[in-house]
Amino acid sequence: MGTTGPTIEDRSTPQTATPAVELIDITKTFPGVVANDRISLAAMPGEVLCLLGENGAGKSTLMSILSGIYRPDEGRILVDGRPVNIDSPRHGRDLGIGMVYQHLSLIPTLTVLENLMMGSNPGLSLDRDGARTRLGELSERLGVTVDPDARAGSLALGQQQQVEIIKALWSGSRVLILDEPTSMLTPQGIAELQDVLRGLKRSGLAIIFITHKLHEAVAIGDRVAILKQGKVVGRLDPADLAAMTPDEIQARIVAAMFGSSAATDVADIAELRPTSGVTATARDLSSKPLLEVVDVSADAAGGEHALADINLEVRGGEILGVAGVDGSGQRTLAEVIAGQSRHVTGSIRLGGVTIDGLSIAERQALGLRYVTDDRLGEGVVSSYPLSLNLVLKRIGQPPFWRGGRVDRAQIRRSAVESIRLFDIRTPSTETRIGKLSGGNIQKALLARELSFEPRVVVFNKPTHGLDVRTIVAVRERIRALAEEGVAIVVISNDLDELVDLSDRVAVLDAGRITGVVPAGPEAEVRIGELIVGVAPAQAVG
Amino acid sequence: MTSPLTSPEAVVDVAPPTTRGAGLGDALVRSLGPIVLALITCGALLAIVGRDPVAFYSDILQAGLVRPSGLQDSITRMAPILLVAAGMIVAFRAGMWNLGSDGQYLLAAACVAGTAPNVLAAVPAPLGWLVLGLVGMAVGASWTLVPAWLRARYGLNEIVTTLMMSFVGTGLANLLIKGPFDGPSTVPQTAVVDPSLLLFDLPGTRIHIGVIVALIAVAAVYWVFSRTSFGMRIDVLGANARAAQHVGIRVSRLIIVTFLLSGALMGLAAAVDMLGIFGYMRADWNPAYGLKVVPLVFLARLNALAVIPFAAFFSVLSIGGEYAARRAQLPSDFLLLVIGLVLTFMVVTQYLTDKRDRGEPILPRRRAGMARA
Amino acid sequence: MPDLFTSGFLTALVVGGLVAGVPLLFAGLGEIIAEASGVLNVGLEGMMLAGAFIGFVATLLTQNVWFGLGAGAVAGLLLSLVMVLFCIRLGLDQIVVGVAIVLTVEGATAVLHATLYGESYPRLDAAPRFAIPFLSDLPVLGGSLFTQPVIVYLGFILVGVVAWVLRNTSVGLHLRAAGEQPASLDAAGVDVVRIRSVAEMVCGALAGLGGAYLAIVGAGTFVPFVTNGMGFIAIVIAMLARGRAWWSVIGAFLFGMSLSLTTALQLVGIDVPVDVVQMLPFVSVIVVLVIFARDARLPSALGLPYLRGSR
Repeated sequence: MGTTGPTIEDRSTPQTATPAVELIDITKTFPGVVANDRISLAAMPGEVLCLLGENGAGKSTLMSILSGIYRPDEGRILVDGRPVNIDSPRHGRDLGIGMVYQHLSLIPTLTVLENLMMGSNPGLSLDRDGARTRLGELSERLGVTVDPDARAGSLALGQQQQVEIIKALWSGSRVLILDEPTSMLTPQGIAELQDVLRGLKRSGLAIIFITHKLHEAVAIGDRVAILKQGKVVGRLDPADLAAMTPDEIQARIVAAMFGSSAATDVADIAELRPTSGVTATARDLSSKPLLEVVDVSADAAGGEHALADINLEVRGGEILGVAGVDGSGQRTLAEVIAGQSRHVTGSIRLGGVTIDGLSIAERQALGLRYVTDDRLGEGVVSSYPLSLNLVLKRIGQPPFWRGGRVDRAQIRRSAVESIRLFDIRTPSTETRIGKLSGGNIQKALLARELSFEPRVVVFNKPTHGLDVRTIVAVRERIRALAEEGVAIVVISNDLDELVDLSDRVAVLDAGRITGVVPAGPEAEVRIGELIVGVAPAQAVG
Repeated sequence: MTSPLTSPEAVVDVAPPTTRGAGLGDALVRSLGPIVLALITCGALLAIVGRDPVAFYSDILQAGLVRPSGLQDSITRMAPILLVAAGMIVAFRAGMWNLGSDGQYLLAAACVAGTAPNVLAAVPAPLGWLVLGLVGMAVGASWTLVPAWLRARYGLNEIVTTLMMSFVGTGLANLLIKGPFDGPSTVPQTAVVDPSLLLFDLPGTRIHIGVIVALIAVAAVYWVFSRTSFGMRIDVLGANARAAQHVGIRVSRLIIVTFLLSGALMGLAAAVDMLGIFGYMRADWNPAYGLKVVPLVFLARLNALAVIPFAAFFSVLSIGGEYAARRAQLPSDFLLLVIGLVLTFMVVTQYLTDKRDRGEPILPRRRAGMARA
Repeated sequence: MPDLFTSGFLTALVVGGLVAGVPLLFAGLGEIIAEASGVLNVGLEGMMLAGAFIGFVATLLTQNVWFGLGAGAVAGLLLSLVMVLFCIRLGLDQIVVGVAIVLTVEGATAVLHATLYGESYPRLDAAPRFAIPFLSDLPVLGGSLFTQPVIVYLGFILVGVVAWVLRNTSVGLHLRAAGEQPASLDAAGVDVVRIRSVAEMVCGALAGLGGAYLAIVGAGTFVPFVTNGMGFIAIVIAMLARGRAWWSVIGAFLFGMSLSLTTALQLVGIDVPVDVVQMLPFVSVIVVLVIFARDARLPSALGLPYLRGSR
């Protein structure tokens, strides 16, 4: 991505001997899972410590322990060399630990000022003037401007994050923890964030930066600690980082994360790198578009932008990526195609036939499928067994229901088959689906959506939050589907993924398509430019 | 206003039809535990207000179960209880808190009782019963329309709307009885149906066939939820409304259909009561089954067949309780106290057994889990 | 056609509405606070009823209205502790516990009333009134409007206080945050459980106070089920108020007016059946809900328990 790494000078900032915060042998278990296993870490003032690891490696648990949400089962925490027991978020804050969460924690209906005063107002009566002054100081320190009286929900995501950082620093923090702070930002926003962090670092703050993106860790970290399955499996100190080239650093991190012996894993990782659409162009695309979206507009929903004049077409065997910052209207687009939301103007056609008036179920029957990104919220009924979830979109239809009556044996047989075909790891067909891992739930959703002759499939963030192996499996499945002649739309905020999978990538910005970029070596850069709006709109391909 | 509130299905763990919960012992603890605890607590309260709890409870048993006429009354009382419970189960399983059954019941009862004398005079009794049953169901169903529409169209919380409609329905029923349906008697009440035209009794008993109707209705509701795609759609709606929409269920339509069905069962309960026992309705009469049935359907885990024993318990309690309360010079509202405590102990038992199932300590940890140095 | 705009009619309507609405003013205000913090207090009806009974008993015993009102508030507060323990601390279902509270209190007060006063049916003396100087001398409505028991004035002052607290204090801010996004409030270092507990206890006390007023000042006696759904109306008012304390005044006044309309109409010779009177408030609420369905909005975390670190 278009991020600039810090220079060597930034890495050699002066440091004192005592870590601002130090974790010693922290262990935390949940029923059945060891989330943190004897983890030791130290964050020095004036340095960025990067915590790198996959989803489920234990990063978030560790941070929840540091911020006082969880308490460790074992281990010690030292702040400025003194042992502490952080027993509540307030205590964490009083100790000077400021936290910026991955999912922004501002309350959208309150103003910026109210969000900042929450939990930090000195007395009973709200000190609005004092808060305004403090906001001014901190905005200046960060080099940003924020309207104190704006509702938090009305700010752009990048600005909301700036408010979050201000909130974390509000009562004089010495340690700033950022949990996956770049996941919702544009490349430009990421660059801005790096500027802010560089300034804060110089002022002597210790920063802990949590990420699952390798290049971010290399670019931003003065120290890097690699977490895997709850353990620290590798460390890079400033000296290490200074001595190695970026490629050497990456190789070491990959070895630590995936084990040098496990050659297949590394191959998997190699596959995750952009392949510049080589596979895509090799496919034979049918000439007629299977899915056409013509001049579609839709009202804003769920905090997203309204859709305006969307035009897209996808041919059989083609994968169309949709890129954009979260909230640009991706979910509305997916729901409008699936029939879950209604569009106001325009028309949607499936195989040349307009489907505007058709219900969700009727669209499904025509072969239109939607793999939702909100797997637990709307994808599955988590208290239902896997087998029933697999037929949830076919309630009342043969062979599972005949004359309105259920055939349980048939449902179970079909579940056994899906488990085999889609490699779902589950104790039984009757296990509650909510008890399965995210990866297996996604596989179950794929099994449900991709059975019974799909013609057009819309994937919304198909690999979000999954482990590497499942990511690889899901992407292979999507490619195989395209090979079979299915028209595919992949919506994602992961540019690498889009460039890897898609034949073309449409960029959605504030509810409009600002351009469509064909796959190719320069695709990633051009998509990035379109997202931040620096390039002129491209002709729709 | 979207409705973020919990669905009734979240209150009890409604296990999907293909999985079985823990063993029988566990089920007994969960269902009988609250009842036993409530009876003990009420016994203590009786003692405090200077009544003999043992005598009180033995009066209940005597009058509601042991005495043949009492037993027959108790079985007869099960008819409306079962139908109201079935109506609640239908709504609750769809995630809809239909708490307005009193209004639905009373309005249907007033319409059935008000028209019954004329209808039964005009047509043969069985046909008349059928027509009046349908009248009751239609009136009960219609009284859910406003809450159903507000919920389906605007997501407006149905708890308050069904309750509001219930109070309006109660008043309207009284107005009807004092107005158009007022009978010849000096007190405000409808004209009385000739006893020979009321529902048949089972041979050799005073138990009318409405009980059979109720049992059939309950069995049908059970069958719908365990076997049919219609029941499955309602269940999915109750378990996860967003998933229901996602998988292509027409949510708004299903909400309205479910409410109508629920209200119709309440109305049928009224028709069965009017045609089976009373034959007329007096103004301001209100058995207020509504909220009292809520604990029963939760104890039965929203399972229509499992509600039968709880309905039997409740019927004995209410028939016997009326006698026992009279003897102890207490109001029959004592029953409310018992049933309220049953519900209270039910949530507590539920909480404790769930905790135990998850392997957690029974009491919440407040200051435990400190880091060991 | 009788003349509707006589001073007698107006006085009966406005003053009657005001006085009849006061119990709802307190209960609605309490529910606004509870709902703002994310607690749906379905048991409100039960808390009012408990306040009415205990308040009545205490007044009867002490012959002091203030003791009675205080005892009613305490009764409501004690009941709210059930909600605090079961729903806020343990995360049990708020609706079911609320229904349980209503049923239990209805049963308990009916039984206790029958046991204690089943034969005597005692009544209380009229509560002392206080005429506000100058205002009570105003023509037409002044005399009756500004000669009321002191608790009525206190109720209106309390609305202003609550409105100010919700808007201008940290407690108010935290309350609103607890109802919208409790996890954020927790992350900001504020104890969500504690904030919600306080809100629920205040709600319980106010509901108890409203109930006590109903029995002591309004009716002068206690009869079983005296609240007759008023608690549920307060819940609707709170839903429409969306955290705006002043709405409790509007709601209470409209409710009181629909009750006092009968008396007023009777004064001018129109007889209205009692059933219509009892229905009218509920009909107006339904009509309001149908008209404003689009605007009624609940705090996004209403009715959902917040348990830190649950996963």
